[in-house]
Amino acid sequence: MIRNAAPVLTVLLAMVVLWYLAAVWMNSTWTLAQAERAGTTPGFSEIVRDTMAQKRPKLPAPHQVATELWSTTVEKKVTSKRSLVFHGWITLRATLMGFALGTFLGISLAIGIVYSRVMELSVMPWAVISQTIPIVALAPMIIVLTSSIGIEDRNVPKAIISAYLCFFPVLVGMVKGLRSPDAMQLDLLRTYGASGAAVFWKLRLPSSVPYLFTSLKIGIAAALVGTIVGELPTGAIRGLGARILIGDQFGNPIMIWSALFAAAILAGVLVTLIGAMQALTLRRMGMAR
Amino acid sequence: MTLVVLAVLFWVGATGVNVWLSRQPDQGWIRLAVPVIFGIAVLVLWEGVVRGLAISPIILPAPSAIAARFGSSLDVLWGDFTQTVLKGALSGFFIGAAAAFAMAIAVDRTPFLQRGLLPIGNFVAALPIVGIAPILVGWFGFDWHSKAAVVVVMVFFPMLVNTVQGLRETDAMQRDLMRTYGASYWQRLFKLRLPAAMPFIFNGLKVSTTLALIGAIVAEYFGSPTRGMGFRISTEVGRLNIDMVWAEIAVAALAGSAFYLVVTALEKAITFWHPSQR
Repeated sequence: MIRNAAPVLTVLLAMVVLWYLAAVWMNSTWTLAQAERAGTTPGFSEIVRDTMAQKRPKLPAPHQVATELWSTTVEKKVTSKRSLVFHGWITLRATLMGFALGTFLGISLAIGIVYSRVMELSVMPWAVISQTIPIVALAPMIIVLTSSIGIEDRNVPKAIISAYLCFFPVLVGMVKGLRSPDAMQLDLLRTYGASGAAVFWKLRLPSSVPYLFTSLKIGIAAALVGTIVGELPTGAIRGLGARILIGDQFGNPIMIWSALFAAAILAGVLVTLIGAMQALTLRRMGMAR
Repeated sequence: MTLVVLAVLFWVGATGVNVWLSRQPDQGWIRLAVPVIFGIAVLVLWEGVVRGLAISPIILPAPSAIAARFGSSLDVLWGDFTQTVLKGALSGFFIGAAAAFAMAIAVDRTPFLQRGLLPIGNFVAALPIVGIAPILVGWFGFDWHSKAAVVVVMVFFPMLVNTVQGLRETDAMQRDLMRTYGASYWQRLFKLRLPAAMPFIFNGLKVSTTLALIGAIVAEYFGSPTRGMGFRISTEVGRLNIDMVWAEIAVAALAGSAFYLVVTALEKAITFWHPSQR
């Protein structure tokens, strides 16, 4: 971690510098057009200053996004409709619902596949195919279906979409994990006369835990992507995806960028949380390396 | 009601056949037949339930209705396919993959950059990048160029991370052997390290196939000319032409699976030496 700090910070710094340069370059067209209309010729420093503080920049400068993030999280009341914490919470709730649903589906399918050859032969190929279908094509359909069945809760279609994206990594990881005990360990339990259930609870499930956490980390990131994708084409009015949508409709790039960064921060926090749970669990189980 | 019962009976029968097949000694055709029978059973069940319970086509059309719609609007579907998949997704996929590959090779020579880029790339690859779609549509206009741009950004990071990781996959013994041969940097790259990186590169490519289609379709929700799969889906949902939406979904599914299959076939041909392919 520490060893990588210097290179990571350098790359990050380079990215911020590039971003500023791009902001000046992309926003200067507007500045120059304004100046021409006003009949003035701005100097270089004036152009730069103007490109840093436009109201509707083509590419907002990093500090503009940071200010917007700060003012819409810390300085707004959490319950306010303009607070990113509020919208983040809506997205987080649907993400967690989808994540729980997807994880449950993934684990149960994995158990089925490990124990039943029919399941393995008939479900596994379709699970792979399901992931090559772009879920966004299905998203509006899922919304129509859930609302015509009579489910009013706007979270349900979002959660289904995010479960669709997140079940697959869990499924693949759990199949690998449940199959990870080797013949020697299985034989040992057979000599003990262990029942099928005992083999599952005492050997297969514990040895699948490291695989499970690795897939959960991928799964939660996928679930968040699913929720945001679910919010984009549906005309949602709440949630981070909706903020992006509304920012687009009102021509407010700073709003889009701040919602994007809020989503990125949320993803980072979620993945880190699962990583911490993983470290803790594996240490308690004596599996930490 | 009889239709529903018949469909359920068919489902039970198909499952019975599958159970019987899966008890047979392992053969290639069984691995193909079982999922196909399962798929057919699902379609029959769907058809039977929709017809038997007289579910409105506005909610869920029967597979036969979707197939009829598919057949009667082939020209529209083909137009959307070329706009979204061939122009938007594929061009973005190639540009993004090539750019990530070039970047990985460039970064590869400086371990400092490598150590800095890998964690960041890994993090960015997990982010909901689709959100930049409205921004890029604003920058590059409504036609396929903006869709390709979204795809480039989405594909770039998974490809970069996989390629950089793959290029580190050689062990000291292999590198030493190349050194004793007096191999130059480029010889080492082309004869040892790139082949060794191929399984990782294909991993990235496979992840990218799905991402490319997702990016191209999502970007169309934010503005597109009057053709394209995302455009068609969102407008036809509004007009309650649900069978057309399902036909479009079928095209997306076929395109996604075919794209994935092509990449897998290439992988088989190129990394035939890898344990996972033997």
